[in-house]
Amino acid sequence: MKYLDEYREERVAMALAARIARQVTRRWNIMEICGGQTHTLLRYGLPELLPPEVHLVHGPGCPVCVTPLEMVDKAIEIAARPGVTFVSYGDMLRVPGSRRDLLGVKADGGDVRVVYSPMDAVKFARALPSRQVVFFGIGFETTAPANAMAVWEARRQGLANFSLLVSQVMTPPAIRMLLESPDNQVDAFIAPGHVCTITGCQEYEALNREFGVPIVVGGFEPADLLEAIAMLVTQLEEGRAVLENQYVRSVRYEGNLPAQQIMRSVFEVCDRRWRGIGQIPHSGLRLREEFAAHDAEKIFGVSEPGAEESPECISTAVLLGRKRPTDCPEFARRCTPENPLGAPMVSSEGACAAYYQYRRRSAEGSTSNV
Amino acid sequence: MSDSIPVCPLPFPAGDRVLLGHGSGGRLSASLVRDVFLHAFHNPILAQLDDQAVIGVNGARLAFTTDSYVVKPLFFPGGDIGSLAVHGTVNDLAMGGARPLFLSAAFILEEGLPMETLCRVVESLRRAAADAGVQVVTGDTKVVEKGSGDGLFITTSGIGLVPDGVCLSASQARPGDRVILSGTIGDHGIAILAQREGLQFDSIVESDSAPLHTLVEAMLAAGSGIRCMRDPTRGGVSSALNEIAAQSGVGVEIDERAIPLRDDVKGACELLGLDPLYVANEGKLLAIVAPEDAENVRDAMRRHPLGAHAAVIGTITETHPTVVTMRTTVGPMRVVDMLTGDQLPRIC
Repeated sequence: MKYLDEYREERVAMALAARIARQVTRRWNIMEICGGQTHTLLRYGLPELLPPEVHLVHGPGCPVCVTPLEMVDKAIEIAARPGVTFVSYGDMLRVPGSRRDLLGVKADGGDVRVVYSPMDAVKFARALPSRQVVFFGIGFETTAPANAMAVWEARRQGLANFSLLVSQVMTPPAIRMLLESPDNQVDAFIAPGHVCTITGCQEYEALNREFGVPIVVGGFEPADLLEAIAMLVTQLEEGRAVLENQYVRSVRYEGNLPAQQIMRSVFEVCDRRWRGIGQIPHSGLRLREEFAAHDAEKIFGVSEPGAEESPECISTAVLLGRKRPTDCPEFARRCTPENPLGAPMVSSEGACAAYYQYRRRSAEGSTSNV
Repeated sequence: MSDSIPVCPLPFPAGDRVLLGHGSGGRLSASLVRDVFLHAFHNPILAQLDDQAVIGVNGARLAFTTDSYVVKPLFFPGGDIGSLAVHGTVNDLAMGGARPLFLSAAFILEEGLPMETLCRVVESLRRAAADAGVQVVTGDTKVVEKGSGDGLFITTSGIGLVPDGVCLSASQARPGDRVILSGTIGDHGIAILAQREGLQFDSIVESDSAPLHTLVEAMLAAGSGIRCMRDPTRGGVSSALNEIAAQSGVGVEIDERAIPLRDDVKGACELLGLDPLYVANEGKLLAIVAPEDAENVRDAMRRHPLGAHAAVIGTITETHPTVVTMRTTVGPMRVVDMLTGDQLPRIC
């Protein structure tokens, strides 16, 4: 299949792996930010192709994993109310709240529906005027324009029964937090190609300049990721630190301007808690005041944060790239995709679930800190 | 950065009620069968966990199976719930090497179902049974209140005769055996999903729903080294191979590049964030065949219209017992795990 197969060929992958091996002289810690990239790395077994000096560190870019517990609890509470049709992307349904998940609400008779596009939720609102239709607007800058468009459309069509439960997060503030941390050991970053398709590269260039860290905007196919790693290793070995774009077939420097426009029209920047990490300043988006009538948090009230969570899950360290999923004593023992103790075991983009699904056998018994 | 203790949810009791995932054919389904049904009905025949029970009666070996059909929408490109109710049950018999003979058909109808819909389904079931050479010899009808069903559910049971000398079971795979797949994967699941989600593609993906017993006959005639067969329906190729690995206590190693996959199905899977290894098929089979017979069997399959794209996709191994691994298109190996619940669409 065109535009896919050529990025998944062994010949191409081996050539890139050989280029990396030729260049590398010492250990480098390279972090891929996006959960989709983590998924590709493990789905294709790419770490096996790399020389031992190149150490891949998985970043906090799984939108399902970082949605805060109180927001999941809030979603569950709203979805369980009579008269509510709760609409979500599929991944969120199995994320454990403090007592149950959205699938449990559905099993109890709640009207919980999965869609691929938030515009489908707007259609539900039009078709079901007697019900409150709530869409769970989670994710990074990739989902924000479509979620913003849904709210915009609902207002345009006068659909007072449509609202958005917003838990949008943004990537650059999380990278900044990692770089400002005194124990940061990440030497270079693969920036999320889909996010940059929307936002452009300016903010990553700013981070690159301020912190002197090499950043390559990378795609999501095996050849994309290997090429991004090769570009970073070249920079690191030559002592350079610039922003480069590997994913040129999708990412333009200025990004997608109409998408940025609709995001800015509907959302404004706010501080946001990330599950497993904590509060990150200016890392979230919320609905602007003029869209308050479509803000599920305002319509249904805000739940109290701070539901008790177990200290035995090491998701903070995993999300910050300080530990591997296999360093957790409960990995593949008490914590499995059937009974996840933490969010990174739920979504296929979560590092723990990806390790469980693709690397369980080879990973068992190994321990390695960054 | 926060210095608070790592946050992670408290585990909450799982499994206190039935979830949709219990019907997905993956790990949740397997645990339901093991913990509830096997526990209650335990006997040596059931414990084989094959697609059909093979029972000795007065010297003859009868294959016996049952299956319920709850597909939505009722009509889809390449078939409907009526033809599916014949093909699925015929195939469960065929996977035991049996010649299918008789079916029962039980209908659960929802109040308000248009009579025209019912008649179309019944006619389709009749035609599929006639084409497969099986007779529907008994049946039942129940009507439930509006809202208590989803239009129409069908349960069919089937009886077939296992020829002398044929003994297939998922517990018989041996290291060195080859894994043969009869054709492209994921066609049925994507046909249903495309219809359900209203997705438009350049060409219409049709379900592969078909009766496989004549293909099986041709395979059995071509070689005596067939150890077992499975039709990879719910849970797809991954579930079928994991079941074989578990029941035989062997490892399975497959090659991603050898697996036949239509371009449009591949594209749909990319779009929907699905792995074709987990997508359902209704007209394909997996066979585990002794190495010396593998080529013969594959060639015989290719001469049959339902096996034209048959391919050897892997090998049974001694290493990593009960685990299925796959050499990916870029070279390295990865684990092919059983699906946990329903395959949930990824968000980006």
